[in-house]
Formats: sequence, C-alpha cells, structure tokens
Amino acid sequence: MTAELVNVTIDGMTVAVPKGTSIIEAAKQAGILVPHYCYHPSLPSPAVCRMCLVEVEKAPKLMPACVTTVVEGQVVHTDGEEARRARTGVLEFLLINHPLDCPICDQAGECELQDYTFQEGRPGTRYSEYAKRYNPVEDFGPDVLYVPNRCILCTRCVRFMDDVAGTPVLNVSERGDRAYIGIDQGQLLDHPWAGNVVDLCPVGSLLSKDFLHKARAWDLDKSASVCTGCSQGCNITIDTRDNTVVRLRPRPNLEVNRHFMCDTGRMNYRWMNRGDRIEAPLVQDGGRLVATDWDRAVDRLAGLVEKGGTSVLLASASASLESLGLVHRLLSGTRLTAVVQLPVVDSEEPLQGIKDLALRRERAPNGDGARLIGYGMDWQGAVKAASTADLVVLLDVTLTDAEAALVSGAAAVVVLGTVQAQELPAAALVLPLTNVAEENGTFVNRDQRVQRYQQARTAPGMSRPAWWVAGQVTPAGGLAPSSSPATAAQAFELVCSSIPALAGLTYSDLGLLGRLAPTHGLAPTMQGGS
Amino acid sequence: MGYPHPSHAKEQLVLSKHFGDAGARTFDGWVKRGGYEGLKRALGMTRDQVVEIVKASGLRGRGGAGFPTGLKWSFMPKEVTKPHYLVCNADESEPGTFKDREIIRWTPHQLLEGCAIAAHAIGAERIYIYIRGEFTAEHRILTAAVEDAYRSGALGGNVFGSGRRIDVVVHRGAGAYICGEETAMMNSIEGKRGNPRIKPPFPAAAGLWACPTTINNVETLAAIGHILVRGADWYKGLCLSSPKSTGTKLFSVCGHVQRPGNYEVVMGTPMRDLVYDMCGGMRPGRALKAVIPGGSSVPIMTAAEIEDCAMDYEGIAAKGSMLGSGGMIVMDDSTDIVYQVMRLARFYAHESCAQCTQCREGTAWTTRILERILAGAGKAEDLALLLDLADNMTGKTICVLSDSCAAPVVSAIKKFRGEFDAYLNRTRRPVMVAV
Repeated sequence: MTAELVNVTIDGMTVAVPKGTSIIEAAKQAGILVPHYCYHPSLPSPAVCRMCLVEVEKAPKLMPACVTTVVEGQVVHTDGEEARRARTGVLEFLLINHPLDCPICDQAGECELQDYTFQEGRPGTRYSEYAKRYNPVEDFGPDVLYVPNRCILCTRCVRFMDDVAGTPVLNVSERGDRAYIGIDQGQLLDHPWAGNVVDLCPVGSLLSKDFLHKARAWDLDKSASVCTGCSQGCNITIDTRDNTVVRLRPRPNLEVNRHFMCDTGRMNYRWMNRGDRIEAPLVQDGGRLVATDWDRAVDRLAGLVEKGGTSVLLASASASLESLGLVHRLLSGTRLTAVVQLPVVDSEEPLQGIKDLALRRERAPNGDGARLIGYGMDWQGAVKAASTADLVVLLDVTLTDAEAALVSGAAAVVVLGTVQAQELPAAALVLPLTNVAEENGTFVNRDQRVQRYQQARTAPGMSRPAWWVAGQVTPAGGLAPSSSPATAAQAFELVCSSIPALAGLTYSDLGLLGRLAPTHGLAPTMQGGS
Repeated sequence: MGYPHPSHAKEQLVLSKHFGDAGARTFDGWVKRGGYEGLKRALGMTRDQVVEIVKASGLRGRGGAGFPTGLKWSFMPKEVTKPHYLVCNADESEPGTFKDREIIRWTPHQLLEGCAIAAHAIGAERIYIYIRGEFTAEHRILTAAVEDAYRSGALGGNVFGSGRRIDVVVHRGAGAYICGEETAMMNSIEGKRGNPRIKPPFPAAAGLWACPTTINNVETLAAIGHILVRGADWYKGLCLSSPKSTGTKLFSVCGHVQRPGNYEVVMGTPMRDLVYDMCGGMRPGRALKAVIPGGSSVPIMTAAEIEDCAMDYEGIAAKGSMLGSGGMIVMDDSTDIVYQVMRLARFYAHESCAQCTQCREGTAWTTRILERILAGAGKAEDLALLLDLADNMTGKTICVLSDSCAAPVVSAIKKFRGEFDAYLNRTRRPVMVAV
C-alpha cells in the first residue's frame, strides 16, 4: 500500500506526496488552493479552463497544475507574477461573455467565478460596447435548468454524464465563443444521479429547479449530516434557511460517496419541515390524550416498563443508533420482541463510474445499526405478537390501518413519534421526538461504517431524541437521572458498550467522515456485500 | 510538367514532377514513372534501417512544425505489443496552403507509397489517411488509387509478396480546421469531437485508441519513396543554405503575384527568386508590401525582410517568422493589412474548438476589436489591448490555434502600425465590415 513518495516544493512549502499526484492535489497538501474550474477530483481532467496554470521551475512555459504530475525536487510557484497574470487573463476572458447578474443568480455567494474574480480579477472590463453572447434558458430535465449565458464551458457536467453516470446525454455544441452545453436530441437529463451536475457547475449555469430562488447562499446555515434515503449512507450537508431545510447537498467522503448523492436522496427533505408535529408529551386520561410535562410522562413510561411481561418494540430503521440502542435497552427487562421497519425495493440505482455507490434496495439509513443491536426483521410476526403483548412501543414507525388495529389489542401502547398520528387514539403515552435534522446521532451503513449526523434545525416544542427519553428510565425501571446520558455522544458510548462490534467507539473516533465498525461483519446484511 | 504553369527552370521537381500528368494517377502509370521502387526496397529492409535512412536524409515534417521525420518514427516502440498506427494528415486547411491537395490530385500513389514505407518503418499495419472533407475530387482520386493499389498488391495482406500487411483507410473530415491538429485528428478518427488532446501522452506512446501512433503530413510522406530510391545523401544534398533544412519543399504561393501556384524548390532558395522571378513578381505598377510565408498562422514579413531571406526553417526563423506549411500569401501595396489581419482573426475565431478559455474568448474578442477599428470606431487603447490579449493567448493553451491567431496580429501591429493608426486617428476611410 505504501506508494513511492515524491518531494515537491510549492510556494516555499515542501511536501511529500505519492508519485503520480497532480500539482493541484499536491498543493492542497501544502495548504494551497490553486484556482481552477474544469478540474474536479472525481472527474477526468481535460485541462481546458487554463485557470490552474502555475510556474514550474525549468519548464519552458506555464503548466496546468491539474494534469501535470509532480516529480522529485520540483519547485512550483502558484502565485508568481506570470501565473497571476495568466489567471487574471483567464478571468477576464471568462467574464466577457458572462452576465453580471449575480444579484439574481442562485450561485452568487458560492460561485467560483465570483470568488476568484474578487480575489484577483481585473477591477473593470475592457470588453466595452459589445453585446454578450445570448442563448435562452434550457430545461434539461426533471430538476435541472441550463442558463447558457452564465456557462464558462468547463465541461464538468459533460464529463460527469459521460464518465461517471455513463449516460452521455450532454455535449459541447458549436465552436468558438458560440459554444454551449447541448443536450442530445430527444434526451432528458433524468438520470437518477443527474442532480450532481448542479453541484459540479462552478457557476450558476446549471440550476436546481427545486432550489431555484429559494435562498441566497449567505443566508444558509450548513450542517454535516448523513442521507436517510438508503443504506448507502451518503454524507450530506443540510442547508437551512431560517430554521427550514431548503437543500441537501453531497458532502465529500471518498470512502462512501466521493462527491455525489442521488436525486432520490437529494429530494428527500421536505418531511423534515413538517408542521404537524407532536409538540408535547401526551398521556391517556379517560379516553383523551392530554398534554403533560416530561417528568410525568417519563414517570408513566417507567411505570409501564416496570410491569414487565411481554413487550414488542416496533422501530424505524431511520432512527439513530443511539435511539434504537437505548429504547431496546429500556425494554430489556421484559420478554422483548424488537423489529425494525425497513422499506426494501427491488432494484438498485448505481452510479456507474464510482465503485460501490448506488441508491440501495434498503431504503433506510440504519438497518445495519438495528441488526447490530439485535433487532429482528420479521415485521409481520412482530405486529401479530403485538396484539397480545403487555406493552407495545412504537419508535417513529408508520402503521397501516390493519397493523394499527392489531397493535391496539395490546394491554398498553407507547408511541414515540415525530408527527401526529390518528390511528392509535387509545395509546397510553404519546411522546414527541426530534427528527434527523433536529438531533445529533449516528447511522451504521451497509458496509458497517458508523457515521455521525448533526443537528441542522431547532426541534419543535418539547420534542426530544428517543435516546434521551429512554435514558431517563433505568433498564430495570424507575428513574435514574444520574446515569442518564445527557448528550448524543454519551448515548453513543453507552450503546456501543453493549455491542461487541462497536465496543469502545466514541464520537471523536468517528469524526465527520465516519469509520468502519472495529470488527464489522458480525451481523449479516440483508443484501450481502457487493 | 507543371500545373497550372509550366515548370520554372529554378524549380527542382521531385514531388511535383508529374503534376498535370493524369497518367500518373493509376498504379500502372505510377510504376511506369518509377513508382513503388522505394516501397519494394523498404520491404527488404528492417524497420531500423528504413528509419536510419530517413534520419540521415534530414527530412523534416512539412505540415508546419518541421520536426525531424526519422526521429519521430524512432519514438515508436520497438516491440509491437499493441497495434501501431500511421495517420496521414491530409486535412490541409491552413489558409494559403494547397500543396497536399495537388499531391493527392496528381500523384496519389506517391502518397500511398510513402505511407506504406512509413507504416513498415513504424511497425504499423493500418494507415488512416485523414482527408479534408472539402476535397471531394481528391477523395475520389485517392479512393480509386487505394483500390488500385489493393488490386495490384501494393496494399493488403501481403504487400508485394513480402508477407507484410498494410491496410489503408481513407477517413474524410467534416470541415473543421482544428482537425488538422494531430491530436484533434485522432479524436476525430475515433468518432469523437475533434478537440486537441493534452500532451503528454504523446501520440507515439498513446495515440489513436491509446495505441502508438505516428502522424505525418502528406508532403512528408510523399518524399519518402524518393529518399528510399535515390538515397539519403542525394536528399541531404538538396540544400542551398542551412544544413538542417534539406530536400525540396512545395511552396503554395497565392495573392498578388503574376503566377500563383505551387513551386517546388530546394530548401534555402532565396524568397526573392520565388516571389519576383518564378511567380512573375507583382502586378504592373504594384509593389510588394508583405508576405505571410508559412500559412496564415505565422508572423507577417515585410517586403524588406524577404529581400535576403533564405527559404528554409532557419532562414525564415531568422526573420522572425516560420516556414510553417509553405503556404505563402503575397500582398502588394493595394492591401489593407488591418483588414487582412481581421479576416485571419475571424477565421481562427470561427475555427476555435472552444476548449481553452483564452482561445474560445480571445479569438472572438480579437476579431471584434479589429472589426471595430476597421469600422472607424477604434479607440486609442485598442492596440495595447490587442497586444495584451495576444500575450494572454500565447503559450497558454492545449494546442497552438490561439497562438496562431495572436501571431499575425502582433506582427502586423509591430510592422504596420501606421495602418492601424490611420484608422484610429480617422485618416483612413472606415471599411464596412460584415459581422
């Protein structure tokens, strides 16, 4: 595994990088960002934007840092007079046909053309008295608009569709300064991963219809999270504006999703903003659910758990490892049947050019976390068992009417949920939970990779993470606040302490890129490895 | 013979000896004129022996860059582990250049013979001849010659009984100038958009379909058969000036001369002789103003500069221009240099493949400034702007199309500044420019 290292000096900083590394990547190691447009670490490099030209000592002319590989003893200057002049020249050329419509452009604030122009562009234009190139906006597909006037022809979108998606529907049409990105006749940009072209576009030329004019980039708060769409566990960023989730974008993780996420995951956020939330603990009081405070609600929960007998835990595979673990532990003194609700579809939607990346058949993020804890998968059997159980606990699941009718047969039903549900009016307790955007937690993906997600918006009303609720009650029943986890990090350590595969893991071990379970592979996954 | 004019005494006819002689187009006709002797000799030699002869002859690429041909061939791997390809660049599109067209039109077998020898020398079994799409008659002639050569055993699975396989595929271009650039040509042959590729990898390492490939110009390949027959020493002896430039060269002379056409002269012939003697000089009452010596991509020369200029790679370089493809555009004193430069810039703006930023935007911007100057709306700072743009367009892109647009602009401003100033200070009547 140890690659041969090459020493290269970039702007006075010497770094050792593996042989074959490009100057642009070596510069990153030295903490230097070489401005660029066409280069992208997950795409082949065409070296066409000519923005990353750098001075390489002993080279006869400026070299493109994206395709020039380092050699031993090389000395590179990214910020010399000549390189800087070349970049200023490229910026000027790019801007002559670029409309200065930043005030109405979605990309403004996260635009690489804007950033580099501010950094080292000319203060004024010398391209006076000419009309800029004009082409009308094109509708490329379900979520993508193309604004050709803003296009700088970096061809990242074309290369993504050609080389990564393996569905070459985009092209460069025409020549010279008349060129634009074309879409093949009769084709749509409707590939399941097509939305990535919007992220790849360094300017505001490819836009998401879903996000169009929703927010200015500088109004967004960003939180590191994990997609809940399937068991792949793509790393994402949740963008919120004024406490509302407005956009999900992929967050680079070379081990999981590189720089991409699928459109299904990307669009899977509206439910995070639902307004019909349970905002207070509700207790059964003579045929009515009545709002109460957490002390009384936890007290009631402890009382139900203490009775022992048979219990059934029906949990969502989208719940965090912490919540699944502590709710499971809460019921460990009973004769417990615990299962997760895990939607499974027939086929995967792979991203051809990236190894081991697909929208998976298991359409929930934490099926493997549930398996590690000991949840079963026999949903129907568990629902049937629920009808005669002493206690049924529902952890953020959705029931059909028939399932609700069966569950209603139990002696007592506790609902831990996020949104108001009408199907169980006789529940003994209804406790308000935070959703994935409102809490910290972890998921275990299909490769047994444990990944953290972070809170992106404030939780409504009195809602709490399920691990907090369960943690307020000791496993044997009764209140034991001193041993209750106060943070997700503590809850995680508590849960891991009882899972051999995860023993000893802490949040600081995971970082924001996650980590494989120290001894993974103990629990067979539903789909097996591929 | 000669075409369209009878040959001039100062010409040295090697490649153009049979121009105008339709009888040389057939296999039999070519053999009757001494053809295919070179190929037969080459087939009796090893690859290295052929390469050494071509190296010793001093032959350099006639497409424009002037790279030594034998050296280029020697870059091809000795071991044939993947298919090797020879690509013949017959996409002659450089404005002012029309020599390859005549070679194909009159002596297609001269080209095929050279191709076959080159294929043998680089270990290739397949040759792609990429012919400019507009050359319809030449395409017909070439295709007929290829079929003729197959029938006669000069091509195919067993070339002249040697057991050697050499196939020729004639591939037509679709009208893009940039496809004459060797890496764009390879993309075009592969069925892709004709965009130049980044080098490295160089074609000899990874060219057509990522296999070792050599690309040679038509005129270069046409000379090979003669070198094999008459020897490297003979070819090397064809030299009047710099010993680094040997052999004969076809110059396509167009513009304001009495007898435009192709002239084949020994390397180092004085440019004066070509312009004033062989081509008959200027029209009556006119004086020479400027010459673009090597196709439109090279710097312009003034009348004074051609006075003592030897026509070879070094001689023209010494005058600050380039031999290029040998397409000479001669302009007399009726020429509006500003307008001519605008036409050249417009050509490059039209033909830019749009990959590199500087070229895509710079060629078009340069054209607009020149159009503005011609229209009488130029600004005092326009020339400085043109030179600055030219600087940004030079040496910074994947291929040299951008540089080619900049070179004539820079040299014209440097050498004919008065003409630009006349427009800028409104002493010359504006020209209507069709935009």
